[in-house]
Amino acid sequence: MNKIMLKLNLNLREESLIRKLLSPRFFLMITGFVIFLCFWHLSVEVWQLPRFAQLPTLRAVVTEFISTNPIYGVSIFTHELYQHILASCLRVFAAFILATLLGVPLGLFLGWSTKFREYVFPVFEMLRPIPILAWVPLAIVMFTGIETPVIFLAFLGSFFVTALNTMLGVQQIDESYFRAARCLGANSFQVFKHVVIPGAMPFIFTGLQISVGVCWFSLVAAEMVSGQYGLGYIINTSYTNVRYPTIIIGMITLGFIGYITSAMVRSVGKSLMKWRMRELALSEG
Amino acid sequence: MTNSPQTRGQISIKDVVKIYDPEGAAVMAVDHCSLEIAAGEICMIVGPSGCGKTTLLNAIAGFHSINGGSIEMDGQLLCGPGKPQATPGSDRIVVFQNGALFPWKNVIDNLMFGPLMSGKLPFNEIKEKALYMMADAGLSGTENSFPGELSSGVKRRVEIVRALMNDPSVLLLDEPYRALDSLSKSVMHEALLDIYAKNKVTIFFITHDLQEALFLGTKLAIMTTRPCKPKKILTVDIPYPRSYSVVTEKRFRDLMEETSHLVHEEAKKSFAAGEKEG
Repeated sequence: MNKIMLKLNLNLREESLIRKLLSPRFFLMITGFVIFLCFWHLSVEVWQLPRFAQLPTLRAVVTEFISTNPIYGVSIFTHELYQHILASCLRVFAAFILATLLGVPLGLFLGWSTKFREYVFPVFEMLRPIPILAWVPLAIVMFTGIETPVIFLAFLGSFFVTALNTMLGVQQIDESYFRAARCLGANSFQVFKHVVIPGAMPFIFTGLQISVGVCWFSLVAAEMVSGQYGLGYIINTSYTNVRYPTIIIGMITLGFIGYITSAMVRSVGKSLMKWRMRELALSEG
Repeated sequence: MTNSPQTRGQISIKDVVKIYDPEGAAVMAVDHCSLEIAAGEICMIVGPSGCGKTTLLNAIAGFHSINGGSIEMDGQLLCGPGKPQATPGSDRIVVFQNGALFPWKNVIDNLMFGPLMSGKLPFNEIKEKALYMMADAGLSGTENSFPGELSSGVKRRVEIVRALMNDPSVLLLDEPYRALDSLSKSVMHEALLDIYAKNKVTIFFITHDLQEALFLGTKLAIMTTRPCKPKKILTVDIPYPRSYSVVTEKRFRDLMEETSHLVHEEAKKSFAAGEKEG
């Protein structure tokens, strides 16, 4: 019985993949990319528009990107590209996990306890708008080595976003859920576990999706300032060494990996919130 | 169900006063309101929107304090002198106007929530009870659905069963059928009377629908517009079981005639005062 269900499930999955590829949405997405690339090619190489003429051409970037023997040393066939990707990914992973582990509980308490919020929130709100780059000197003073200050900076950006969204998530929970839980005999701890955490979940995951983006953003800023590896680092050194196609390669790689991480966070959220998915599916149909 | 419930759930409200003071302008929501509800009664509270009915319900449930008077249940003080706010508890369970089933829990987990929190029964017994009560209320088959997937009528029924899972003395219903169309409403009314016949809890039911009040209630309290207090209290002497055809009977129409102008009067006052719905 189970096997049949599993097979059915797999069939459905394959079918839905095919349907996805055939759907107008997929074609629109491809068309969007094609238009973007055409614009790049035409404006830089063919028309040589002002301000665009100095940029690396689409052809130069693509040839460099897929070359087995790239002129500036970085392509999909070189070990170096993956070394940079790995360095950046590990840093983002560490920073994002740390930011989530600290930011979610902080946000939950900020949203849940008025007293705690009154102590902490003003300080939090004063620190939050400080740009990541302004933290660079402190990060270098506080931490030794290269890795820790970079991770710290990426962590900071991510942390504030996660904590704030989690707090808002708790605050938007309808009062009647708290009242219902009280009526049904739940104590404070049980209310926290059964109402506050699941109720804030949709906001937490929206926050995490933004936060993983901000994490990349602050990481690259940090890597451009200090660092020996990483995608931010190649972008910066390629600039000083006048390797323009490599800058674009770094940027495209960043965009691609950023997109994947964000999709990963989204799918974790989906699997944790089946109730929400079903609700949304129904409201669409 | 286990003990004889008719002896539980007697509520006496004495001279209750509630003043809201959000911006220094004291607004009297409830003014020396007194009301006796016998154990096992269905007391219908009818009044215009925003008249302070919900304030009274919240005071009984323990969601906010009162400024004067007292509320007792079965001889025990819920709130009154020296104790401005009652403690919420599973002996008085509220069914909310907009529904408060936890959307992140499926139906069976919602039903099991109360007993699991109090931790008096083992898990398996709670689950058995939940399944039994679901079957009894005609809800079998929805165990694994999330509230977001159910119709509002079914959601309301689940919420009432969730309350009954805790053997409460009183059910406090705050316009539970407000969002339903009149056809589903009549189905829900019969279902509620069916549940009442089986469980015999005291029901404190807020509505602004007079027909609903007369159809369901054993007692009817027509409230004045703000500040809220009973304008007229009367017994609905129509025997149970009532079916929906009762609305065409003479006694029902007489009662309707007797009360509708009172309700209409208060509604006009409320409208003139520009009360917000709520």
